[in-house]
Amino acid sequence: MEMQQIKFYQTGTFTVGNRLLDADQRSVQANMERTNSLNSGHRACQGCGEALGARYAIDAAMRAANNQVIACNATGCLEVFSTPYPETSWQIPWIHSLFGNAAAVATGVAAAMKVKGRRDVRVIAQGGDGGTTDIGFGCLSGMFERNDDVLYICYDNEAYMNTGVQRSSATPPAARTATTMALGPEPGNAFGQGKNVPLIAMAHGIPYVATASVAYLRDLEEKVKRAMSLSGARYIHILVPCPLGWGAQPSDTIKLARLAVETGLFPLFEAEHGEVVGSTRIRRRVPVEEYLKPQKRFAHLFGKTPAVGTLARIQEMADRNIRKYRLIDERRHG
Amino acid sequence: MLKQTEGSHAIAECVALCRPEVICAYPITPQTHIVEGLGEMVKGGDLKNCEFINVESEFAALSVAIGASAAGARTYTATASQGLLFMAEAVYNAAGLGLPIVMTIGNRAIGAPINIWNDHTDSMSMRDAGWIQLYAETNQEAADLHIQAFRLAEELSIPVMVCVDGFILTHAYERIDIPTQEQVDAYLPPFEPRQVLDPREPVSIGAMVGPEAFMEVRYLAHHKQMRALELIPRLSAEFRQQFGRDSGGLIRTYRAGDAKTIVVALGSVNGTIKDVIDELRDEGHAIGAASICSFRPFPSEALHEVLSHAKRLVVIEKSLAVGIGGIVSHNLRMALSGISLHAYTVVAGLGGRAITKASLRALFERALRDDLEPLTFLDLNQAAINRELEREKAQRRSGPSAENILRDIAGGTRSAI
Repeated sequence: MEMQQIKFYQTGTFTVGNRLLDADQRSVQANMERTNSLNSGHRACQGCGEALGARYAIDAAMRAANNQVIACNATGCLEVFSTPYPETSWQIPWIHSLFGNAAAVATGVAAAMKVKGRRDVRVIAQGGDGGTTDIGFGCLSGMFERNDDVLYICYDNEAYMNTGVQRSSATPPAARTATTMALGPEPGNAFGQGKNVPLIAMAHGIPYVATASVAYLRDLEEKVKRAMSLSGARYIHILVPCPLGWGAQPSDTIKLARLAVETGLFPLFEAEHGEVVGSTRIRRRVPVEEYLKPQKRFAHLFGKTPAVGTLARIQEMADRNIRKYRLIDERRHG
Repeated sequence: MLKQTEGSHAIAECVALCRPEVICAYPITPQTHIVEGLGEMVKGGDLKNCEFINVESEFAALSVAIGASAAGARTYTATASQGLLFMAEAVYNAAGLGLPIVMTIGNRAIGAPINIWNDHTDSMSMRDAGWIQLYAETNQEAADLHIQAFRLAEELSIPVMVCVDGFILTHAYERIDIPTQEQVDAYLPPFEPRQVLDPREPVSIGAMVGPEAFMEVRYLAHHKQMRALELIPRLSAEFRQQFGRDSGGLIRTYRAGDAKTIVVALGSVNGTIKDVIDELRDEGHAIGAASICSFRPFPSEALHEVLSHAKRLVVIEKSLAVGIGGIVSHNLRMALSGISLHAYTVVAGLGGRAITKASLRALFERALRDDLEPLTFLDLNQAAINRELEREKAQRRSGPSAENILRDIAGGTRSAI
């Protein structure tokens, strides 16, 4: 069924209330029959964005693949908090091998399924930003360029949280981590570094690339569903706030994920075969301060003398994204 | 069928006869001809029902193999030297997960200095990773061992490395008997995995294991290898029944029954050793040899038996444990318990230095006179070493050693001393 454009006018959140929709249009998460692929009882922190993101994505993938899914996990929080045996939270066949090889392991599983004639079984690889944009990048790029039949999902919380919040190549500028201290003339992570893996994924010309956010459940589920309807290499990059690493309230996880999108700092878009085919419009544009201020990793920007210059540079990044991905409906705001 | 063929190609043909389902290929000398051969068979349609995957690194090669094997496919890859080190993390992981992958090592030196020629430093570096390690003496054995390796790996659910001397075996053309598909099928049943990723019966594989169970998991890995000590001779005997020739086993002895001096070595150098032993036997010396085929598990008992009446042990090692000496010798210590003999370690053939009959003969003659140091480096150019040592003594910025020595040996102009 096609996704229907429906406008909701709840105040404040703009989230979609499932009860306003027909039963068959409700999110996978709203369904009593959802698989709960990542079951409750795991040991993630309170307010963990990654735990939410993984359950949303894998449940949606399970629905799309008629429950025939095998997942390959990189080392990291998701792997650690979900499987201290005998309490595995995974309701699906799941393998963890190493930190940097999830994409390659998934290639192997997909090859085995192909050779055994199990074309109904779909393979997902998943990891955090460290396991994806840094140490697993070689294997990821290899899987992309071979166009292996794997959906890779990156749960991006913008640093190495499992080892104690160290910088990764997905850490944003100015963010304080254990290895980009809030010290010196340019506190926090440096500007002009880091890599944009969704764009790099697109450069491989693979069938599908998308960004998603745990604050936009229906959008996330639709993207997973779209990805699962295609074969070949596919990539979804989901922003998942980390209360511990970001220095934020566990109750603010969804709020921050939404603000990242509404500021323009984390654009939501889809691309097919290297070309952007759609982006999610920002309906209520907010200045970056609103997103940065509740996070202790940016606290040094809001001291006695606010770091006006740094904030302006971050705002510039958001503005550039808004222009580049056409995140504001010009007819309405122009 | 007998045919004149390259060692690598014979290995590729035998691997193909094992009906592998996933093969991961990444080029590194000297194993490349093996995966090229297999790729040709897959692409040409001779090897059916097999995925041949060109990966971006050795780390990926073994990682893809891990995924394929965990999903129940018979999986093969090959590597050498730097490639084995680059996949080291996955080497331990495959063994820890108990995945019966078979991997050929085209044995080659490890840099720096970069060197593509044969020694055993690469596979020796992974000797404790939990893989079974079999060393081939001839190309016939190299080919045969792969058939046994899949059977061994899958019976125990443990990965197996077949170590084949780079160039000396991989690139040598010889007469090799390639078995028929029927013979191999009769010897090697289809792969029945002990654990498998399957949505019909979901399992988690590779979970975090804490102090409460880690020791037990590691012990079981050791226990499996101890079982392999019994299984390897049995599979070798069954192989003889099916294929009519001796291949594999734990160790093989040569004129060792009444020998007072026993030479121990791994791999192709045993051929030269046997020739020299024949000469010395003709001259009345009680000398024999034991060739180790299974280095992991280490056949301590079998070696103890062979060495129990010996007075002298000469271990020829194609690797060097820098800072202590021989790796094989140190493993042999356990087998020598209760035996009193003179033990000599000889490091030989590093980086492809030829191990000649003449050198071995002179070495064994010295051993027979007990005129050897406990640790000897065969055919070492002491003059070249002295020049470099003097250079280092004379000036702080003496430059890179390897390049200095090459220049000296080539008779170059820049000789500071």
